[in-house]
Amino acid sequence: MVSLSQYLILAAALFAIGVVGIFLNRKNLVVLLMAIELILLAVNLNFVAFSHYLWGMSGQVFVFFILTVAAAESAIGLAILIVLFRNRRTINVDDFDTLKG
Amino acid sequence: MAYITPVLPEIIVLTMACVILLADLFWRRRFKGLMYGVSQATLVGAGFAAYHMLGDAPTVIFHGMVVGDRLSAIFQIAIFMLTIGVLAYSRTYIAERGVFRSEYFVLALTGVVGMCVMVSAAHFLSLYLGLELLSLSLYALIAMQRDSIGATEAAMKYFVLGALASGLLLYGMSMLYGATGSLRITQVASVLATLPPHNLVATLGLVFVLSGLAFKLGAVPFHMWIPDVYEGAPTAVTLYVSTAPKVAAFALFLRLLVEGLHGLSGAWQEMLVMLAVLSMGVGNVVAIAQTNMKRMLAYSAIAHMGFLLMGVLSARVGGYADALFYALVYAFMSLGAFGIIILLSRKGFEAERLEDLRGLHRRSPWYAWMMLLFMFSMAGIPPTIGFYAKLAVIQAAVSAGFYGLAVVAVLFSVIGAFYYLRIVKLMFFDAPVDAAPLRKAGDLRWLLSVNGVAMLLAAPWAGTLIAICRAAVRGLP
Repeated sequence: MVSLSQYLILAAALFAIGVVGIFLNRKNLVVLLMAIELILLAVNLNFVAFSHYLWGMSGQVFVFFILTVAAAESAIGLAILIVLFRNRRTINVDDFDTLKG
Repeated sequence: MAYITPVLPEIIVLTMACVILLADLFWRRRFKGLMYGVSQATLVGAGFAAYHMLGDAPTVIFHGMVVGDRLSAIFQIAIFMLTIGVLAYSRTYIAERGVFRSEYFVLALTGVVGMCVMVSAAHFLSLYLGLELLSLSLYALIAMQRDSIGATEAAMKYFVLGALASGLLLYGMSMLYGATGSLRITQVASVLATLPPHNLVATLGLVFVLSGLAFKLGAVPFHMWIPDVYEGAPTAVTLYVSTAPKVAAFALFLRLLVEGLHGLSGAWQEMLVMLAVLSMGVGNVVAIAQTNMKRMLAYSAIAHMGFLLMGVLSARVGGYADALFYALVYAFMSLGAFGIIILLSRKGFEAERLEDLRGLHRRSPWYAWMMLLFMFSMAGIPPTIGFYAKLAVIQAAVSAGFYGLAVVAVLFSVIGAFYYLRIVKLMFFDAPVDAAPLRKAGDLRWLLSVNGVAMLLAAPWAGTLIAICRAAVRGLP
C-alpha cells in the first residue's frame, strides 16, 4: 500500500525537477514549457493525495480546474513561442537578451 | 437577484467583452471608434454597479466562492477607474501602432474580470481562477505588437516567470489544504487557529504562497520580470500592467495572508520585513543607474512595493488601511507618469529615454508641471498626496514596533528622491533635444491634467481617504 507521505515525496520531487528545469535550462524554450507543466502536475498530485487520504472531494475538483487552466496556459505559451520564433528565428533561451539591465 | 448582486460588475464586464468580440466581426469597418466607446461605457456601468454595493452587508455567495463586502467594492471601483484611465491614455498610442483592434479592449476587459474575481475571492479556487484570467490576458496583451522583438521577448519572460509564480502559489495552496482540509479562506483561518503553533505543513504552505504572491506583486527577490516587461511591452500595455494589477495583487495579500493566514502572522511578518527592506533597497538604488525611463519607473515600482509591504507587515487593521491607501495612490501616480511618456511619444518614436524629457518645460510648461507633480508625489515630497501615503505606511511600521525598518524606509526614500528630482532637473533646466510638438489627443491631455492636479488637490483630503480605507478593511482580522 502506498502511503500519503510517499505521494507527497514524489510530488515534491516532481516540483523540484520542474523548478530546476526552469532555472538550469539554457537551450530550449519548449523544455521550459514542459518544466512548467511538471510543476502543475506535481501540485495536482499533492491535491489528489491529500483529498484521497484525508479530506474528501474538494481537492480533486480543484485538480480539474488546474488541468483546464494549464491547457489554456500552454496554448498561450506556445502562441507566444511561435511569434517569438518568427521575430528571432531561434528558441534558444540564451539568445533572448535584447532586454537587460 | 440578491444572490448575484455581488458579482454584478463581473457579469457586466464579461458579457460586454463577449459582445465587443462578436460585434467587431460585423462592424469593424463601419464604426472605427465604437469598440473603444463601448469598452469605456462598460467600465463606467460596472463601476456604478460596484458603487451600489458599497453600503451592503458582507455576503458570501456561490457556495462560499465569492464574497461581496466593502473591501471588494472599493478595490473594484479603483480597478474600473484605473482601467478607464488606461484605455483613454492609450487610445491614440495604440492606433498609431496598428493595434487599435477590438482584441486589445477585449483582453483589457477580461483582465479586469480576472482582477474583480481576485479581489472578491473567498475560496482558493476563485482566487486562482481570477489570477490566471488576469495573467493570461496580460501575456497576450504584451505580445500583441507581434512584429516587435522586445514585446514578444518580454511576453515570453513574463509568461515563464508568471507560470512559475502560479505554480509556487498553487503548491502552497495544496500544502495549506493538506494542513487544514479546507479550500475556503475563512475556514482555513479558523482551522489554523486550532492547530498547534509552528505546524510544519502550514508553514511550508505559507512560504510557497508568499513567494508566489511576491512574484505577482514584484517584490525583491522575485522582481526579475518587472524591468524587462515594463521596458519591452508597448507603453500602453506597460501602463495597464503597472496600475490596476498592482492593486489587485495587493488585494491578494489581504485575502490570503491577512484573512486566511493571520494565525501564522508571526511567521509572515518576519518574511515581509525581509521582502520590504530588499525591495526598497534594490529598487531605489538600481533605479539611479537607469537611462531608460520605463526601466527606471519599473525599479521605482519595485521600491514602492517595498513601502506597500510595510503597511501589511504591521499586521494591524490600521496598517492594512494605510497599505490600501498607498496602493491606490501609487496606482494613480504610475498612471500619470506613464501617461506623460505616452504624451511625448508619437508614430515611430518612443519617448522612453531620459533624454527625451529634456527641456519639456520649454515645449509645454503645463505638462512639465504635471510631470513634476507626479515625480514629487512618487518621491514623497509634501504637499503632494504621495507624501501622506509614505507617512501613513511609515507610521504603521512605527506603531507596530518596527523602528529600524521605519528608519531604513526613510533613508531609502531619500536615496529615491535623487532620481525623481533628476527628471525634474532634465525637464526644467536642460535644453530640449526633441522639438516636435506634443500629441494633440484631447481626452489624453484633459485626463492627464486632472490626474496631475489631483496629486496636489487631493492632499487636504488625505485624512478622509484614509478613513474610507479604514472603513473598507474593518472586517479583516
